Order: sequence, then structure tokens, then C-alpha cells
Amino acid sequence: MIEIISLIVGGFMILFGILAVESKKLITAVIYMSLMSLLSVVSFIIMKAPDVAITEAVIGSGLVTFLFIITLLQVKKAGDEK
Amino acid sequence: MKKIMAILLTVAVAFFVFSNLYNTDSDKMLFGDNNPEEAVSQQYVNKSVDPERARPETGSANIVTSVVVNYRSFDTLGEITVLFVSALGVALLGGVLRKKVTFQYKPGFILNQGMTIIAGIVLITGIYIFVHGHLSPGGGFPGGAMIGSAFLLMYLSDETFRAKITGFKILEGTAGSLILIIGLVGLSTGGYFLYNFLPNGTVGDLISAGIVPVLYVLVGLKVGSEVSNILGNFFSGEVEQ
Repeated sequence: MIEIISLIVGGFMILFGILAVESKKLITAVIYMSLMSLLSVVSFIIMKAPDVAITEAVIGSGLVTFLFIITLLQVKKAGDEK
Repeated sequence: MKKIMAILLTVAVAFFVFSNLYNTDSDKMLFGDNNPEEAVSQQYVNKSVDPERARPETGSANIVTSVVVNYRSFDTLGEITVLFVSALGVALLGGVLRKKVTFQYKPGFILNQGMTIIAGIVLITGIYIFVHGHLSPGGGFPGGAMIGSAFLLMYLSDETFRAKITGFKILEGTAGSLILIIGLVGLSTGGYFLYNFLPNGTVGDLISAGIVPVLYVLVGLKVGSEVSNILGNFFSGEVEQ
């Protein structure tokens, strides 16, 4: 049972990783990366490392996603009006 | 063409990694064959739960914490220093910028009202995680980052919030100095820097494991104020003198 769950989680992580690389819009890539971090939290819990899971949940899918989105909102295209 | 090359490279790397992990002919240990009872970590577990000993060596219910803040607390001091240097870099970069960069985003009604409910819960969860760092999973770094994300919500929902808070640098400096002072007290009483000079108490109590909870609270406060400071510099793009 636990092998099946970890296989499904790992498969989705690979899928979201590929989607994050291949997506056209940057904000979609950030969301896919956040989803990948969220699934890695599940796989850390399956591997019985709750300390790492908490850190990954807070930093990987929380703060880093926030920082990327804030940076993307700040960035302007060349020639954009203020 | 580029994509085919990338796929071929990935498959080649995966083949070399996995063929070595499951190679039965090699004299190295197979993947998944490691016996934890023979590893060094079992000795650390035994030192904490051995009934023959007069008292546990660290007294911390979470073995990871006992390694991070007791056996290897000097490493934790180094990690805090790394975070401090990165915060300093962000602040310097914000100070160097000639033009003031401000965050151009108007917070909506839902963000404003939702923040008043959520930020307090996130803040209290962060404090809980670093106060209970020696009992349950978590500790100073995740707890501090959680506090930082609560302050990020406050920065997002209120543009004038950044100007109201000025105590982060004082809190951060005090927490960092107190960690060093505790280390020096350990050096003078026990002979080692960051020596555990307080009594261990009962394993599982909130006040147990000597200096471990004290250090983790200080680490959590320092990391929380540091992360909030970095985010504040991102939003305003300038440093106060």
C-alpha cells in the first residue's frame, strides 16, 4: 500500500517538474513548482522524516513561492507604461 | 533537437545511477539493505533511552533536536551566521539602489480581512513549533520561517505596516548575543563551547533537556526576525539608517 502511494506521489512529482519546465507563463511554472514541493512533503512523511517535511512545507512551498510571485509582480516588460 | 538531447542525457544519468544502486555484483551495500541498528545513529538513540544510565545524555525527546542543538550546536550557530550574512547582503543591496523600489500592488478586501484571521494563527503555530522543538518535529528554523511568512502576510495586506515595525533589528541582535553568551557560560562551567550546563529533567516535559529549549527559542526568534527583515527590505527597497 505504502509503495503504491509513494509511486503515485513520485510520478506526480516528475509530471509537475516537467510541466514547470515546459509551461509558457512564468506564474504557472511557479505554481507547478509549489505543487512539486507539496508532494515532496508527502514523500518525506512516508520516509519518516517529519522534521524535514515541516521545513519543506514552510520554506519550499510557502516562502519560496511567495518570493517568486512577489518578484514576478514587480518585474515589468521593457516598454511597459508605469 | 534540444529536447531529445535533454531526454537522452536524463535517461543516461538515470541508467548509471540505478544500475549502480541495484548492482548485486558490486561489493558495496545495496540500496535499502542498510540496517539502522548497526548504524551510528542507534548509539545516539540508546544514550537517550537507556534505562541503565543514571540520566539520559541529552534529555530531549526528539533525537534530531538533540543532534542539531546539543551535539552539533556549533553548526547551528554557523547556519544562523549564514542567514545573517544573507540578510546583510539584501539590506546592503537595498541601500545601494539609487531609485527607491516600492511594491506596487493594492491589497484587496479579501486579503485584508483574511489576514486578520490567518496571520495570528500562523504566528502562534510558529511559536508553538519552536517552543516544542525538543519534543515534537520542527524547531527553530521552520518556526522562524513560519513567523516570517505571517509577517509577509501583514506586509502584503497593509502598505504602511513596514514603517510601524522597527524592533526586528533589536530582537535579532539580542537573540544572537544571548546564544553566544549561553555558549560562553557553557565554556566557563563545563569546558566546552555551548556545553549543556542546565539539569536535564524528565524526558518529555516542556522544561527539560537543559539549554536545548532555551537555544531553540532564541534561534526561532532570531530566524523569524531575520526573515521578516529580509522581506521588509524586499518590499521597501531601502534601509533605515
